[in-house]
Amino acid sequence: MKQLLIGNAAVARGLYEAGCSLISSYPGTPSTEITEEFAKFDDAYCEWAPNEKVAMETAFGAALRGKRSACCMKHVGLNVAADPLFTMSYTGVNAGMVICVADDPGMHSSQNEQDSRHYAIAAKIPMLEPSDSQESLEFAKIAYEISEHFDTPVLLKMCTRVAHSQSIVETSERQYVEKPYEKNPQKYIMAPANAIRRHPFVEERTKALIEYAESSPLNRIEEGDGFHNFGIITSSTSYQYVKEVFGDSVSVLKLGMVNPLPVNLIKDFAAKVNQVYVIEELDPIIENHCKAFGIHVIGKDKFSILGEFSQKSIAKALDLEDKFSRSLDTEIPVRPPMMCAGCPHRGMYYVLAKNKITVLGDIGCYTLGAAPPLNALDMTLCMGASVSGIHGFNTAGGEECEKKTVCVIGDSTFMHSGITGLVNIAYNGSNSTVIILDNSITGMTGHQQNPTTGYNIKGDPAGKVNLEDLCHSIGINSVRVVDPYNLAECEQAVKEELEKCEPSVIISRRPCVLLKYVKPKKPLWVNAEKCKSCKRCMKFGCPAISFRDNHAVVDPTLCIGCGVCQQLCAFDAFESEGE
Amino acid sequence: METKNVMIVGVGGQGSLLASKLLGRLLVDEGFDVKVSEVHGMSQRGGSVVTYVRFGDKVYSPVIEDGEADFIVSFEKIEAARYTQILKENGVVIVNTQQIDPMPVIIGATTYPENILDEMREKGINVDAIDALSLAQEAGSAKACNIVLMGRLAKYFDIDREKWLCAIEKCVKPQFVELNKKAFELGYNF
Repeated sequence: MKQLLIGNAAVARGLYEAGCSLISSYPGTPSTEITEEFAKFDDAYCEWAPNEKVAMETAFGAALRGKRSACCMKHVGLNVAADPLFTMSYTGVNAGMVICVADDPGMHSSQNEQDSRHYAIAAKIPMLEPSDSQESLEFAKIAYEISEHFDTPVLLKMCTRVAHSQSIVETSERQYVEKPYEKNPQKYIMAPANAIRRHPFVEERTKALIEYAESSPLNRIEEGDGFHNFGIITSSTSYQYVKEVFGDSVSVLKLGMVNPLPVNLIKDFAAKVNQVYVIEELDPIIENHCKAFGIHVIGKDKFSILGEFSQKSIAKALDLEDKFSRSLDTEIPVRPPMMCAGCPHRGMYYVLAKNKITVLGDIGCYTLGAAPPLNALDMTLCMGASVSGIHGFNTAGGEECEKKTVCVIGDSTFMHSGITGLVNIAYNGSNSTVIILDNSITGMTGHQQNPTTGYNIKGDPAGKVNLEDLCHSIGINSVRVVDPYNLAECEQAVKEELEKCEPSVIISRRPCVLLKYVKPKKPLWVNAEKCKSCKRCMKFGCPAISFRDNHAVVDPTLCIGCGVCQQLCAFDAFESEGE
Repeated sequence: METKNVMIVGVGGQGSLLASKLLGRLLVDEGFDVKVSEVHGMSQRGGSVVTYVRFGDKVYSPVIEDGEADFIVSFEKIEAARYTQILKENGVVIVNTQQIDPMPVIIGATTYPENILDEMREKGINVDAIDALSLAQEAGSAKACNIVLMGRLAKYFDIDREKWLCAIEKCVKPQFVELNKKAFELGYNF
């Protein structure tokens, strides 16, 4: 059946058709939908794990036992899972295992622009890179064949444009694969004596994979019609841009397998054209490979190492004519993403900003607290870094610093990698104040369940971590829960915990307003006679409140009646319906 | 057939996803090669959202670049203006006249350019402005703005109206089919 699927849904379909029996993942844009789509199949197991390392090891366990498995993550998630990745390269697999990793060139929703291909090279694991949804489906299936044939996990690399673009795919039936499990300590116990014997296997496997890359249909030459006498080596979404610009007028070597790379295939291709351009997003991986083998190519000298490409950027780099385009004289105000009206994070951030507290932040919706007008954050690095970082920050800054510094971390991020930082705080007696912004969901990636919500990926009741008990058991004695809709309560808690000479945790708890079970209250309205135009409410940054005709107004389509602005206003100008 | 390009722009949460789903479904059923591209994640939180829909005999790139769009369908006034450079010389902008203040306007750092559609017309751009919000409310729900705008877009397409209505049936929950069909007709006949 022909249907339009985003690349991620096509990967999920491909994994399913290949007989994948288990997926364990941690959500992360732009990888999340692979796991969400796979969860819709009833005859396969699917879960959210607390982090990518746990997910990858879970998938490894399933492959070891004899069922095809997968794990999915965004590029920075692969950093978290790098530990098992490198050694799984040595153990290999029993049934096939696929690791889906989605890069984010252009950083639409990421903190860096790292190129996952480096991991494939460093861990000596094959990596496939589809360029549209049909390839996403097919490559997922081929990945299992490679995995089992060459005894290796296989990386399937997506990027934002392939992951989130819909194109037409044809689907087929699911097959079932199961391998017997046999104890094999030499292969699966990676103690030095065994690992020393496995390393040569890895090197031999890479040689065999290079042979495969030379002739695999994953890598193909598309002969041009001779209009241009140069040739282009490309992969992934860049291939689509190249075809958009040149059609059949140029010869293209399209690489579907980006690690290991072929040598002779590239040499043969280069010999047939006058000049070779390598067009790849982010780092010059293919380019450097070519140069290492003495093949003269032009890559990053013409095509940027930064951000996403497009048909325009490629045409421009090759000095082709610009298309007609016009712009306006008026500058259009930017529209950055922001915390929603009624977002529970906003109340706590308002209190922190008002008291000029230094705030070490983390990864999630609450990173948006860094934006004006709250400007509440001082640092955001990676998942969990707020909790680990505050201990170092306070140790370096001393008592004065401890009394005006907090860190903030969401419930899901705390589960992901905040717990170990808190263990360090308790163990080493750090006088740090940790605020867990518990909105009872993984928000930014689009509402995934996590171990604190009490539900699993299918929405069924599941184990639930009690944050208070967890913090106590780690050794934090001062743990208190506040409602971020209550500004006075938040302010009192923050001041008191900062004064204490011991580690403390404040759990700021209220569910995300976008959750279906959160019923909005009636919108507020501004009594224009009471409004004194002091603009204090404008410092709160609620998108439902704006300033028109010299007084505040509430947008009734956005306001959910949280009532926090009523606590801010000194003149009681925000009124509930019926007052 | 040369590839046709429709860019759908709006503010996170306005329902552009359903609009692109409807359009994609219709075009696949019509036998075109189709690509639809959007970026999820951060952009959902009240930020600008952009969806590209491309169709033709064979579509390669999933994105639309400067000077390539045949249509911009905008759910909000300044979002239409933000992407003027994308429009072809004879392209058409279908725009909902709704104004949604972005945060820099809300906090007073800048002002909302109220007369931006006039400036676009002065630049020779074909602007088809429509109060989609009121028409959607007339159809029964403010949320049907997206389908009102698709109805308007349908005016410019060589595809039978019945086929659009058929695609609506396939894309929305049964209880909302009638409402959305009405929204489509109101946009189409505006």
